[in-house]
Amino acid sequence: MEGTAVQRRLIWRFGEVVAARAETARAKSLTLTVPEWPGHRAGQHVDVRLTADDGYQAERSYSIASPPEDSPKVTITVERLDDGEVSPYLVDEVRIGDRLELRGPIGGYFVWEAQMGGPLLLVGGGSGIVPLMAMIRHRKAAGSAVPTRLLYSSRSSAEVIYRDELENAARLDGGLKLIYTFTRVQPPGWTGYGRRIDVGLLGEVAWLAGDHPRAYICGPTPFVETAAAALVSLGYPDAYVKTERFGPTGGG
Amino acid sequence: MERKLDGNAAGGILHAVFPFDMTVTRATCAGCGAIGAVGALAAYIHGMGTVVRCPRCDTAMIRLAYVKGRYWLDMRGARVLQIEGEQ
Repeated sequence: MEGTAVQRRLIWRFGEVVAARAETARAKSLTLTVPEWPGHRAGQHVDVRLTADDGYQAERSYSIASPPEDSPKVTITVERLDDGEVSPYLVDEVRIGDRLELRGPIGGYFVWEAQMGGPLLLVGGGSGIVPLMAMIRHRKAAGSAVPTRLLYSSRSSAEVIYRDELENAARLDGGLKLIYTFTRVQPPGWTGYGRRIDVGLLGEVAWLAGDHPRAYICGPTPFVETAAAALVSLGYPDAYVKTERFGPTGGG
Repeated sequence: MERKLDGNAAGGILHAVFPFDMTVTRATCAGCGAIGAVGALAAYIHGMGTVVRCPRCDTAMIRLAYVKGRYWLDMRGARVLQIEGEQ
């Protein structure tokens, strides 16, 4: 819950794009300032609504990548899906100064706050990294030392979103461990994981269930279901395995 | 196009109707009696609206559509809601 704030129905509001950053060839981060933004928690998302000249509307959910500490600025990261209705516009057409209609923050289920503790296991597939990045950024901004492991499954190293920031953070922070698996193309000389996640891989990477970890899994539906089933088979209680799925194509 | 997601993705439209966060609200399936946080249920989102289904027995627990300025809500598949109180 949002402290003592009065709860109310969510409304659409406009945010102004104040920064844009290409993360990979297909993913872009857009930072918006949102007047009267009520604040958010790491892991929450927003709905973005586009309205065409003829009144046709399309809306999609995007995870917030920025930590609560950045409010009232809110950053989303969008991956372009070539047959999508919304993402090509957000990735290729939106310019600084544009206004976007959004609704949020949404969802108190897939949320981690520093005081919830850990250890923390974050498992991301593709752009499923985005809400996990908000958690990693929040952990740092809050000065949390919760031991954290991030297992990031990507088709190739070129498709890793936030690569420099993640690798720097893992180098400087002994409490943050970054484990990649590259499922399609491995860099030359790569000695790490090069396959889709499975129970064996999670068994090597995950905290022991006896450490009472909190796990957050985000990615395409089959990825999430594989990872969640694997963690439960490793003894993680259901209530400590939080999942967020996006569609097989991310939904456009 | 229909997208199979989870109840988190339905959180926006649900929060446009309910004055509290439905993703942490626990719902009892009228079909099989399973209880789960709405955020963890299955959700199918398409142009016509959103259907939240029981991941165990596939009962349609919540149907919600927004048509011409009006929300249509059918909750016959959700027998009980356990709503978080203000803290």
